[in-house]
Amino acid sequence: MQENAGSKSPIKTGCLTLSEVTIGLGGRALLAISATIAPGEVLTIMGPSGSGKSTLLAFAGGFLDPAFDVSGRILIDGKDLTAVPANRRHAGILFQDPLLFPHLSVGGNIVFAIAPDVKGRGARRRLADAALDEVGLAGFFDRDPDTLSGGQKARVALQRVLVSAPRFLLLDEPFSNLDAALRQQTRELVFSKARAAGLPTILVTHDSADAEAAGGRVIEIGMEEQA
Amino acid sequence: MAQPTRLGGNALLALILGLPILAGLAGTILPAFGYLPALGGFRVTLAHFAELAGQPHILRSVLTGLAAGLLTTVAATAVVGTFVAGFAGTPTFARIQHLVSPLLAVPHAAAAFALAFLVAPSGFLLRLISPEVTGFTRPPDWLLPNDPFALTMIAGLIAKEVPFLFLVTLAALPQLAVTRASRLAAALGYGRVAGFAVCLWPALYRQIRLSVFAVLVYSVSVVDVAMILGPKLPPTLPVRVTQWAGDDDLGARFLASAGAFLQLGVVVAAMAIWIALERIGKAVLARLTFSGRRFARDGAVRAAGALAMTTCTVTIFAGLSLLSIWSVAGLWPFPDALPGSLTPNTWMRILPQLWAPLGTTVALALSASSLALVFTILLLYRNGIASSRKNAGGYRLLYLPLLVPEISFIFGLQVLMLSAGLTPGFASVLAVHFVFVLPYVVLSLSAPWREVDPRFEKIAAGFGKPALEILFAVRLPLLFRACLTALAVGFAVSISLYLPTLLIGSGRLTTITTEAVALSSGGDRRVIGIYALVQGLLPFLAFLVASLGPQLLFRNRRAMRT
Repeated sequence: MQENAGSKSPIKTGCLTLSEVTIGLGGRALLAISATIAPGEVLTIMGPSGSGKSTLLAFAGGFLDPAFDVSGRILIDGKDLTAVPANRRHAGILFQDPLLFPHLSVGGNIVFAIAPDVKGRGARRRLADAALDEVGLAGFFDRDPDTLSGGQKARVALQRVLVSAPRFLLLDEPFSNLDAALRQQTRELVFSKARAAGLPTILVTHDSADAEAAGGRVIEIGMEEQA
Repeated sequence: MAQPTRLGGNALLALILGLPILAGLAGTILPAFGYLPALGGFRVTLAHFAELAGQPHILRSVLTGLAAGLLTTVAATAVVGTFVAGFAGTPTFARIQHLVSPLLAVPHAAAAFALAFLVAPSGFLLRLISPEVTGFTRPPDWLLPNDPFALTMIAGLIAKEVPFLFLVTLAALPQLAVTRASRLAAALGYGRVAGFAVCLWPALYRQIRLSVFAVLVYSVSVVDVAMILGPKLPPTLPVRVTQWAGDDDLGARFLASAGAFLQLGVVVAAMAIWIALERIGKAVLARLTFSGRRFARDGAVRAAGALAMTTCTVTIFAGLSLLSIWSVAGLWPFPDALPGSLTPNTWMRILPQLWAPLGTTVALALSASSLALVFTILLLYRNGIASSRKNAGGYRLLYLPLLVPEISFIFGLQVLMLSAGLTPGFASVLAVHFVFVLPYVVLSLSAPWREVDPRFEKIAAGFGKPALEILFAVRLPLLFRACLTALAVGFAVSISLYLPTLLIGSGRLTTITTEAVALSSGGDRRVIGIYALVQGLLPFLAFLVASLGPQLLFRNRRAMRT
C-alpha cells in the first residue's frame, strides 16, 4: 500500500546543472552561480531578501521577468533547458504558501497535477488517493482545501507537486509561513520525499535552520549588501 | 519579447473602439457639408448650416445644453470631492459608499423617471404637503419637470453622475497616501476638507480627470434624460438632432448632420471652458495653500457633502418605489399621498406587449456583454500580466467612446449604414452596443485580473500544463466571480443605452429603454411606471445573478464564495 505513489517518477531524472548563471538587474549584478546537483541532493541558496535568490528560482523555473539580464544555462541530465518554456520544463515548485487551487477539491488539486499519460479516471483517482494516504490524509479527496489546517495544506501541496512527476524541485522558502513545530515536521517530510524520489532540489531560504535540515551544500549570496 | 504582443492588443483595442467613432464622425461631417450621395448630395455647401442657424431658438437650445452639462459636472465633482475630502477613511465613508454604489446600476432613463414622478406638479412631493401646506386641490400649472432652465434635468444628471465619479474616485484612492496625509494635515491644524484639498486633491484629480471629462461630454450631449426631464420649448440641441434624425423627410438628415456637427463643437467648447475652470481652480487652491488658512471648523461643509451624496440615492430610490406604486395604482386623485386602491390591471394590460421588447433588451444585453467579456479575456490574456503602468496607454483608449458625444458619431454611423444599404437590425445594434459595453467590461475585469496570484499559474506551468489549459482550468475559475460581475456591468450598460439603439436600429428594434423614453411624452403614469421599473430592475437582476452564481456553483468551496 505504501508504494510511494507520489514519489514514483515516470521520468528518470538526472543531475541538475546551473552553468555559469549570472543574474543582473539594471546593470547591477545580483548573483553568479555554477553548481551541479545530483539526484536526491538539496542545494541551499541562502541570502537576505533582495539578494536575487528568488530570481534564481524564477530563472530555473522559466518565469524570469525579461527586465533581468541573465546569462548562463540550466541543464537537466545534460539537456539544455534554458530556452525551454516553463510548461515543458517539469519543474516542481513549492512556494511559501501552499496555494491549493481554491476552486478544486483536495483530490481535484492532486488529479490536476498528475501527468496526462496516466489515463483513465479510475487510475488517476487511485493515484491521488494513494498520494493523500501517504501523508495521513486518507479520505480527504472530496474536502474543500479551505477547510484544511496549515500543516494539512502543506502536505497536500507537497504531494501535488510530487505526483506531477517533476524532473527537479524548486523550493521558495516553503516553510517560512509555518509555525515552529509544524515547520520541523514539514521540512523532514519534504526532504525525505525529495530524496526518495531522487529529485535534484534547489532550496532558497533566509533561515539557516532550513539549510541545516536540508543537509546539503549551502551557497550564501548577497552578503556584501547586508554588510 | 512581451512588448510586441502588448502593442498588438492595444492596436486591436484602438481599432475596435476607434474605427466606429472615426467612421461615425465622417458619416456626420460629410453630410453636414452637403455630401451624401445616397440622398443626392454631391456638392459641398454650407446651406445646411444656414438652415440650422435658421431653426427657431437654436441658440437657446445650444446654450441650455452647454450650461446644463457644465453645471452638472461642476456640481457632481464638487459633491464627490467634498464628501471624499470630508470622510475618507471614516466609518461614515463606508456606510455612504454602500448606499451610493447601487445607484450606479440604475439606468439614466429610469432614474430620470424616478425624479420626474417625485417633482412633477402632480408628483409625490407636492401630494405630501397638499392641500395642508400649499392649499392646492388641483395640481398647479408649473412647468415641471420640463422647466425651461433645465434645472430638473441638471438634478437628474447630478444624481446619476455622482455615483459614477464616486466609484472612479474609490478606485483611485488606494494609490494615494490618504491616512498619512490626513494625519499630517490634521497635525498642522487643518480641517479635514482643507487638508485633503491641499495635500491630496491635485493627485486625486489627475487620476479621475478622464472620467470627469466623460461626465462633461455625457451631460452636455445627453438625449434620454433630456427628453424626460429637460426643457421642451425648445429642447436641448442633442434632443433636436435626434428628432431631425428620426424625421420621415430624409432631407432632414442633412439638417441633423449639421446639428450633430454643431454638437461636436459644443462639446469642444464645453471642454475648453472646463479646462479654464480647472486653471482657475488650480490657482485658487494654490492661493489657499499659500495663505496657510486652516479652515479647521468645516463641520457644515462636510455635512453638506454627506447630505448631498445621500440625497442622490434616497431621491432616486424613493422615486423608483414610487414608480412601482404607480404601476399598481388604481384611482389616485391629486392631493392623495397614496392611491385609494391597488390593482394588477395595468400590468395585465401591458404584459402582453412587454414581452417582445423585454426579450430584445435581454438578448441584446446578454450578447453584448458576453461578447465583450470574451474579447476582454482575450485582450487581457494577450497583454499578459504586465504591470498596469505599462498598459496605461492602452487603457486610456477605453475612454474614447466616452469622450466623443454619442449623437455626433452614432448618427453618422446610421447614415453610413443606410448609404451602404445595410438593413438595420439586431446585428448592427449589437455591434454598436458592444463598442459602448466593452470599455466598462475591460475596466471592471482588469483590476481583478491583475490581482490573481501569479504563483498559481507558475505551479500549473510546472505541472506541464499548456498556456490555454492554465487559462481555462486555473485563471478563469479563480476569476469566476469577477467575470460574472464584469458581465453584469456590461449588461447594465447595454440596458441603459438609448440613442445607439434608437438610431442604429432605425426604430425597428424596440427595447424596454426605447419604449420607456418614447412613452415619456404620452404621460400615462401607470404604463411609464411599468416600463421604467422593468428597466431599472434588469441591471439589479444581473448583479443578483452575479453574486449568487459563485454561491451556488462553489457551494463546497469556502474560499471561492467571498
